Amino acid sequence: MLVFEKTSLAEEIEQLIEKYGNARSALLPVLQEIQSKHRYISDYAQQEVARHLKIQPVEIYSVITFYAFLNSKPKGRNIVRVCKTISCDMKNKISIVKAVERELGIKMGETTSDNKFTIEYTNCLGLCDEGPAMGINEQVFTKLTPETAVKHLHEVVG
Amino acid sequence: MEKLKERNGKVLFSNYTLGEGVRKALSLSRDDILFEVKDSKLKGRGGAGFPVSTKWMLAAAAIADEKYVICNADEGEPGTFKDRVLLVEYPELVFEGMIIAGYAIGAKNGIVYLRGEYEYIRKSLEDFLVQMRKDNLLGKNICGKEGFDFDIKIFLGSAAYICGEETALIESLEGHRGEARNRPPYPVNTGYDGMPTSVNNVETFACVPHIIINGGEWYNNFGTKKSSGTKLFSVSGDCEKPDVYEWEWGITINELLEKVGAKNTKAVQVGGASGICVPKSEFDRKIAYEDIPTGGSIIIFNENRDMLKVLKNFMEFFVEESCGQCTPCRIGNTKLLEGVEMIENEEYTFAYLNKLKDLGKTMQVASKCGLGQSSPNSFLSILENFKDEIFYHEAGVENGN
Ligand SMILES: Cc1cc2nc3c(=O)[nH]c(=O)nc-3n(C[C@H](O)[C@H](O)[C@H](O)COP(=O)(O)O)c2cc1C
Ligand code: SF4
Ligand code: FES
Repeated sequence: MLVFEKTSLAEEIEQLIEKYGNARSALLPVLQEIQSKHRYISDYAQQEVARHLKIQPVEIYSVITFYAFLNSKPKGRNIVRVCKTISCDMKNKISIVKAVERELGIKMGETTSDNKFTIEYTNCLGLCDEGPAMGINEQVFTKLTPETAVKHLHEVVG
Repeated sequence: MEKLKERNGKVLFSNYTLGEGVRKALSLSRDDILFEVKDSKLKGRGGAGFPVSTKWMLAAAAIADEKYVICNADEGEPGTFKDRVLLVEYPELVFEGMIIAGYAIGAKNGIVYLRGEYEYIRKSLEDFLVQMRKDNLLGKNICGKEGFDFDIKIFLGSAAYICGEETALIESLEGHRGEARNRPPYPVNTGYDGMPTSVNNVETFACVPHIIINGGEWYNNFGTKKSSGTKLFSVSGDCEKPDVYEWEWGITINELLEKVGAKNTKAVQVGGASGICVPKSEFDRKIAYEDIPTGGSIIIFNENRDMLKVLKNFMEFFVEESCGQCTPCRIGNTKLLEGVEMIENEEYTFAYLNKLKDLGKTMQVASKCGLGQSSPNSFLSILENFKDEIFYHEAGVENGN
């Protein structure tokens, strides 16, 4: 990481601590904001947050690894999550998965080489009456067909 | 917020005016409210079915500097989406239920634990809270009631099914991994930040304003003798009209299938992945605490579905979602999934499968929390109820029948 990137991240984290406070209960909201901006929480970010909250960096790491939406490794700028749970599975989610994989030229769990997309599976999104469903970043899309699924991918990156 | 579609129901999906429940509640004493809820016989709608008045009375009796009201909006059980519909279309009911709970137990703080997957709902909820503060339904001296202060904030999860378990939820709020705690102590004594806390489901809170306005007796008239009131059902799978429905407790599976336009149904999974799989021969059974209890997830399978694949999907879910803290659940679910794969690949022996069934029963008693205690349910019920299909159908195909 370049030095100026480090300082700007450090500043950003300082601002988050100002916003949420330095009690342990601020941890998830702080991590969520870092995640949503950078798509992962780097070692350096973990150390900075640990320093502010006065806990061990490894504690932060253990929290990050626990939650499906927090990552300690870099991911694509857009994270696509296809629901694989039973109701969407029965609505032929596999055809959505295949269409997305073909379109982006990668397999589930992978990131495109231009870093635009990571695609992965997720468990039930609570949209089972409108399956197959998928999320792209914070948005959700339902009643997908292979065609509309791919259309949404392109819409999101604009 | 605009109602997305016409919904009809006797309680939750009936007409309601913002503020009505809170105003009525504040004209009553705390004890009146607790007894009204007691008369309603309302039980928790999150799945466990614990009497709401008992929980609230314990929290009310606890003496502490702070108390908390937590709304469990983690809704992660496969096939459940009714809490989403309530939060999007009826937020006033949920928030007012929390305010009334706060008044009854003596809490000033409400927290909605919203699952990370529902982040897109957050903004409209925040906006709604702002409006309620303007209307003095939140904040200080609510609706002019001297000394009653209450406010609600939204806390976002980061995707972990186990965080729906109330003690894991509290761990998560406190900035930890969502690992279930030993109970006792229960959250009503030692909850968020060590303070008395009542954790209730979204739907549970949403029932409360109606109960306060119309009375506990009125509510208790719906449903069956042992299961009072109405229930929201999240219906998905093989049917013409998947949706959220409000029906009285006691509806039979046959009646339910008829209403949602399900044809050639072979099985119905009641209660999500951690529930039980009901075969056709038992479709006259009632959905009620005294027969088949549920948090409301109904997944319908028609004759063309392969029940072993269904089971595999559920077991993969539990292997991923176990918090890993205790051995029966962490190792047990992996073993059960391996067993399903053995059947799939025709590498099983019945002797080994019987051992796995015993393992499932051990998990039901030895696991630390509800996840591990209930995850073997579908393994046990599907292998038992669909054994002909699972162990026998290959032969039929090979014989060219
Ligand atoms: C693994 C697991 C997941 C749970 N998920 C939820 C959930 O998403 N929403 C919920 O309200 N209750 C959930 N519960 C039940 C809660 O622990 C708790 O009983 C409930 O929030 C209490 O509220 P109620 O009495 O109003 O139902 C879950 C329990 C377990 C064991
Ligand atoms: S039963 Fe499973 S989810 Fe619950 S504490 Fe044990 S390992 Fe964690
Ligand atoms: S099964 Fe896909 S949203 Fe519930």
